Amino acid sequence: MTDFSSLTITSAINGLKNKEFTSQELVQFFIEKIKQNKHLNCFITHTFEQAIDMAKIADKRISAKNHRMLEGIPIGMKDLFCTNGIKTTAGSKILENFIPFYESTVSKNLWDSGAIMLGKTNMDEFAMGSANTTSFFGNVINPLKSFSNQKKDLVPGGSSGGSASAVSSGLCLGATGSDTGGSIRQPASFCGLVGLKPTYGRCSRFGMIAFASSLDQAGPIAQTVEDAALMLQCMTSFDEKDSTSSRNEIPNYLDYKNYRLKGKKIGIPKEYLIEGLNNEIKEVWDNCINWFKSEGAEIVDISLPHTESALPTYYIIAPAEASANLARYDGIRYGFRQKEKDLKDLYQKTRGLGFGKEVKRRLMIGTYVLSAGYYDAYYLKALKVRKLISKDFEEAFKICDLILTPTTPNVAFPIGEKQTDPIEMYLNDVLTVPASLAGLPAISVSSGFNKEKLPIGLQVIGKPFDEISILGAGNAIEKLRGF
Amino acid sequence: MEYYIQGEKNKWEVILGLEVHAQISSKSKLFSVASTNWGGEPNSQVELVDCGMPGALPVINEYCVEQAILTGLSINAKINKMSIFDRKNYFYPDLPQGYQISQFEHPIVGSGYINIDCEGKKKKIGITRLHLEQDAGKSLHDQNEENSYIDLNRSGCALMEIVSEPDMRSPLEAAEYVKKLRNILKYVGSCDGNMEKGNLRADVNVSVKLKGEELGTRCEIKNVNSIKFIQQAIEYEAKRQVKILESGDEIFQETRLFDPNVGETRSMRGKEESHDYRYFPDPDLPPLIVTEEKINELKKTLPELPDQRKNRLMIEFNLSSYDAEVIVNDKDVANFFEKTVEGRDSKIVTSWVTGELFSFLKKTEKNIKASGISPLKLGELIDLIIDGTISNRQAKEVFEDYIKSTESAKIFVEKRGLIQVSDEQEIENLINSVLQENPKMLEQYRNGKDKLFGFFVGQVMKVSKGKANPKVLNELLKKILSN
Repeated sequence: MTDFSSLTITSAINGLKNKEFTSQELVQFFIEKIKQNKHLNCFITHTFEQAIDMAKIADKRISAKNHRMLEGIPIGMKDLFCTNGIKTTAGSKILENFIPFYESTVSKNLWDSGAIMLGKTNMDEFAMGSANTTSFFGNVINPLKSFSNQKKDLVPGGSSGGSASAVSSGLCLGATGSDTGGSIRQPASFCGLVGLKPTYGRCSRFGMIAFASSLDQAGPIAQTVEDAALMLQCMTSFDEKDSTSSRNEIPNYLDYKNYRLKGKKIGIPKEYLIEGLNNEIKEVWDNCINWFKSEGAEIVDISLPHTESALPTYYIIAPAEASANLARYDGIRYGFRQKEKDLKDLYQKTRGLGFGKEVKRRLMIGTYVLSAGYYDAYYLKALKVRKLISKDFEEAFKICDLILTPTTPNVAFPIGEKQTDPIEMYLNDVLTVPASLAGLPAISVSSGFNKEKLPIGLQVIGKPFDEISILGAGNAIEKLRGF
Repeated sequence: MEYYIQGEKNKWEVILGLEVHAQISSKSKLFSVASTNWGGEPNSQVELVDCGMPGALPVINEYCVEQAILTGLSINAKINKMSIFDRKNYFYPDLPQGYQISQFEHPIVGSGYINIDCEGKKKKIGITRLHLEQDAGKSLHDQNEENSYIDLNRSGCALMEIVSEPDMRSPLEAAEYVKKLRNILKYVGSCDGNMEKGNLRADVNVSVKLKGEELGTRCEIKNVNSIKFIQQAIEYEAKRQVKILESGDEIFQETRLFDPNVGETRSMRGKEESHDYRYFPDPDLPPLIVTEEKINELKKTLPELPDQRKNRLMIEFNLSSYDAEVIVNDKDVANFFEKTVEGRDSKIVTSWVTGELFSFLKKTEKNIKASGISPLKLGELIDLIIDGTISNRQAKEVFEDYIKSTESAKIFVEKRGLIQVSDEQEIENLINSVLQENPKMLEQYRNGKDKLFGFFVGQVMKVSKGKANPKVLNELLKKILSN
């Protein structure tokens, strides 16, 4: 079998077009890879048969020169996207055997573009987690290891950990993710990949299992900026089934290739130089500032004064919304049910056994902050602070075009760490959450390594619906980073 | 007349406020395209959002918004240009999302009022607000010994909750308020007002107080679904509260249910057990914006409302206030009246509509629509009275048979030989024969027993089989007797 390990989406598209190989060969290769790497636990469900069938169709279309944008490209689908006739679990026991009879808009868009599904990727339960350790189906392992300790398994980040690990270990060419507070960017950073969270409203949320509706946004996880742009192109659409879906015209994201940093103003927010920011990450950040300068960009110091409040704000708003969004998992109509004679018992046992610890923690926080007597002090206040955070960005974007920051305060850590103190885990999101709260597009691009050869990602935040600029800046990083 | 409850010690005033839930007459539900038809197979009219599937999203039904605005305009209320949908969180098997989408702090319609007519006295009843919300499904407990079943056909249907001020002081006023409101909704077309189907139902807030004192603690009687029950429930509840207060105890705020079988209210849940609904803005739905233009456009389509129509009928057709009121109380009757009165004498038409027609409808327990009587049908009969073909009395006698027949009035009357005799010679002959047959009576009459005039009329009518034109008969008889 041909080794397709070095393929990207872009090179695979060319190879397919030039008849160097078929989609069926590609799919077969990745199926084998997935089988060989089961220990990484990237997938909750394999869809190999469907993949082979889809590949046959793709090959026909390619020979008929009737191919679509991602024709024949095997990808992973985060198990948060409902897929018609295929089990969709959100990483939870409560949906362990849930088979949707409808298709999410994002996955439908990808299939309509010719992409092929190899399986449903593992994830933190209901996307609540930053290490992919909360999945009912077990934690995911990062294929990357510390140079000095090759035995210790590292987390892939979360919540889209299965997607990131699968792409990083070459089990698929790209994968979908969803990002509520960093769930695309952080795992992309931990696994040395590109992860893009589009502007809120750019990808439809229809059929994507909700965590926090005002924050959830689908996006691609890929090896390169170009791959991410291709996937993004196919994922986005205006969808009348989602009332928060944007009607803004969708540009050709590949136009990022014409984007030049020359003359652009790059904002460096002083508040992101947080206590606890890893020195090696700081160094990569500084390097990137120099690369951008060398491209003719102007570096401007900016201030996002409410950054400090972003994390607590996020951890009020997201759980509050989740507490309502997850109320439907009650054992009545679908999913896991612990049968009891008494209705109250049925609810309590079903939800008590069906949800994991982290989900329960957040549901309790969410219920608490919305309760009578606490609403004003927590939820209402958080909404106000959220506005201030958005305002910070608005002000900043008056003096700069893009904002460059690290994606995470630290690199991938060993499985088992940060498990005792939830706050420590939540700190993973401290640099990604502000853009989420403001609904802004942000990309994480692998920009360097620490001494242990673990990847370090940098984040570029753009103006609303300016995905092209962040892709352009990401592209510049790829060119300048020297690997 | 002032209404009060006479306790053992005091006279108590009754304070009443109503929350009317009116289902919007819309083909599809408030946030889904599922049908709202009544009586469908259980769970046959359910879209994803109506059964709370993972990833389902609500999309507002514009038609329902328009109906709410029209209703707001018709109750003299302020339309809020920005309103917000909130989630009202509670667990119940027939509430599939685990929350009801409703409007809490920012309803679509603000304060307004309607006028009611109560025993000839006009009274203005304040309306606090009108908001849009989803209906819940239905639990069926009698299908199986061990399980309850859920029918979600009603789940997600659009409701308008119309909240009144505590302005009513008697069961009759409450009844008149509901009747008037229902009538307005039917005129507007926003709700069919069918209480039997549960398309209009009321929560009644009842409290009692001594004259001049502050408002007492109220109890809410949930889901009362007939005007008669509303009156019965209030009466029972007010007396119950008086009894408690006079015995020195206090009223606890609670939710109660009315049992029409025994005519009593009983406790459903106390205040301590009341839910903390944890309302918060639904992040799936952006704020609902209504423009001034939209409101003005809708204003133009607003039909004539009961009060306006009543005034017009009084002026145009010289109706009494009472007659106009009973005619406009039912939009269909008012339409029927206006069609029938076209080109006919309004006095006789009014008398026939409010007289024979109403008693026929009452007797057959049908409304005008269901009765199948057309304005033409009644109009033709009235025409025959006006042109003297038959007498009013004859017409009344045959009315029921005529209505049930499919014949035109003319043919019906001809077939049954009912045509009135107006020929003077013919009637004179009849009179003469009657007088000849009753010489004694004639003598008595001539001796001053005037009352016998009626006897002769009756006899002539009898021999004419009721066909003699009473007017001609009277005139001729007078003439002959005075000779």
